[in-house]
Amino acid sequence: MQQPEISPPPGVAPTRIAFSALRSTLLALLGALALTTLVLLSTGVSPLETYRILFFGAFTTPGRFSDMLMLTTPLVLCASGLTLTFAAGLYNLGVEGQVVLGAVAAMIPLRLLPDLPPPLLWTLSLGAAALGGALWALLAAALRLGARVNEIFAGLGLNFLASGLALFLILGPWRREGTAAASGTAPLPRELWLPTIDNLRLAPLAPMLALLALALVWWLLSSTRWGLELRAVGLSPAAADRLGVAAPRRISEALASCGALAGVAGGLQVIGVFHQLIPNISSGVGLLGLLVVLLVLARPIWVLPISLAFASFTVGSVQLPLTLGVDSSIAGVLQGALVLSALLARGLR
Amino acid sequence: MDQLLIDLAAVLAAASPLIFATMGALISERAGVINLSLDGTILLGAMAGFSVALAANSVPLGFLTAALIGAAVALILCLLSLNLGQSQTAVGFVLALLCTELSSFLGAPVVRVPGPAVAFAPIPLLADLPMLGPLLFRHDPFIYMSFLLVPLVWWLLFSTRLGLLLRALGERPATAFARGIPVLRMRYLACMVGGALVGIAGAAYSLDLKQGWSYRHTFGVGWIALAIVIFGGWRPWRIALGCYLFAALEIVALRSQSGLRGIPTQVFQVAPFVLMIVVLALVNLLASPTLTRYIAALPEPLRRPITKLATQIVAAAPAALGKPFERP
Repeated sequence: MQQPEISPPPGVAPTRIAFSALRSTLLALLGALALTTLVLLSTGVSPLETYRILFFGAFTTPGRFSDMLMLTTPLVLCASGLTLTFAAGLYNLGVEGQVVLGAVAAMIPLRLLPDLPPPLLWTLSLGAAALGGALWALLAAALRLGARVNEIFAGLGLNFLASGLALFLILGPWRREGTAAASGTAPLPRELWLPTIDNLRLAPLAPMLALLALALVWWLLSSTRWGLELRAVGLSPAAADRLGVAAPRRISEALASCGALAGVAGGLQVIGVFHQLIPNISSGVGLLGLLVVLLVLARPIWVLPISLAFASFTVGSVQLPLTLGVDSSIAGVLQGALVLSALLARGLR
Repeated sequence: MDQLLIDLAAVLAAASPLIFATMGALISERAGVINLSLDGTILLGAMAGFSVALAANSVPLGFLTAALIGAAVALILCLLSLNLGQSQTAVGFVLALLCTELSSFLGAPVVRVPGPAVAFAPIPLLADLPMLGPLLFRHDPFIYMSFLLVPLVWWLLFSTRLGLLLRALGERPATAFARGIPVLRMRYLACMVGGALVGIAGAAYSLDLKQGWSYRHTFGVGWIALAIVIFGGWRPWRIALGCYLFAALEIVALRSQSGLRGIPTQVFQVAPFVLMIVVLALVNLLASPTLTRYIAALPEPLRRPITKLATQIVAAAPAALGKPFERP
């Protein structure tokens, strides 16, 4: 796997680097907008109106703004974890399944010990979520290291297995009374929901946790020997091995850390967003996180702004079908086009 | 007996798009380009093929559109990875997601709209054969083509000069270049032909086996196709076997839904995906150093057949798969 070049090549003036970076950012933006506009025009809707809602829709009411922050949370958590696996040269497509397993594991303390004081229960629940996600990621690591199944395919298979497991629990042992059992388990009692601000859906604890995780990943990668070794493994496993870095070990650790963070994201979806286990508990945040990390070349400093932007597109797009009769998947088209044209711009540089 | 025959015929039919998708991926990967966008290409091909077939009321035009779309996606992949030095994995993954979203967006107007489909066409005389008739000759033209595609690709890859060149691109591109073969141009060609086949696989769903269009119509089948190519060790016949095995699993899951109470149907739908990974792991485990050592320690009469079996089952990827090529 190719690891993108992060530091400037020697002998090139910093201003020229900055200029060239600015130019390719602009090029990427223009390319993505051109493609998305073309797609919109081909279906006969007004691009300007669509962009207005897509870009600013998430900022029009406090409710939408809190939805946006609550979507940024799992996105930042996943992207932080994926920054680690990318540093180690891994494409952890199993991140979706790790989110789901985190959500499933978070349910266990909630169901077994509902009488504990809520703060203790949340801690237990998120701890279980981290463990669940990490174990699921370690399965992918075992498949890759033990059975030489590429982590992309191991991860994908485990994603399907995870969603099957969640469905099985929802429709089987954790089935709720009455009809609509397929829509999710019984809602948690109110006192177990993460506390929110006023009547909004914003539970401030969740984004704070995500920021903490991002800061931790940043520090790990930039200031610790472990982070350095991880990047060495990503650049050349063979060379790292010769220098005495245990590559298999670092690969497992990177996957497990990513799984733990994705697991916490899943746990927060349960106690902070949906307040139950639903079949589509991850809502695709894992794959979106992968796009974020590809776009920012796994540089932690850019994870937050890009996650915020992607989350605001998605939340903004929710209003599109009702106001303009435009399908909301245009947000995904824009996000994909951004990453594709960023790759193009990087190639042209 | 009759039921078994019907089920077997259903397996052959259900595997036909997978055959097209895997053969497309095979051609591309044998030339050294991994096209990870398969899942998105299939969805976009299915949506575009159906939309065009519906608008023009022409099934062949639908298939042609899907093929062109598949080739176009492959062209983008080649441009970004072969010429502009981006990682094939990254570009393929982004294309997979982008094409998926495009299919959802552009396909919204035709969701659950009834449309044209490939017509059933039993082959005269042959269709009346006992056993073989219902099994092989009472299908539609697309499924007959899937029967022919595997031997065709096998012949192309292993019995023609073009196939030899193609495989050289995937194994020793530098040597091929030294012999005067235009490496990049040939890789473009292989990847785009492969992409066209993948696009056709998509149209086969929306116009034949799962007629119509809906949100995420083909449910992850592209990823499975990529896994089957690995499972098949980049050899056409074994890949075809993988496709038929996978289709058989799907049919079994479908049939047993009514039989097993208490287990929700959705759980069955993921079973084939999981089994695929387990099989991949087992195949790869056979090649692991530990197991090789155990086999080497066996007594002579046992060792030889087991080693032979293991080397037959385990196959390595094309040596230059996914690696950038730089002119020496």
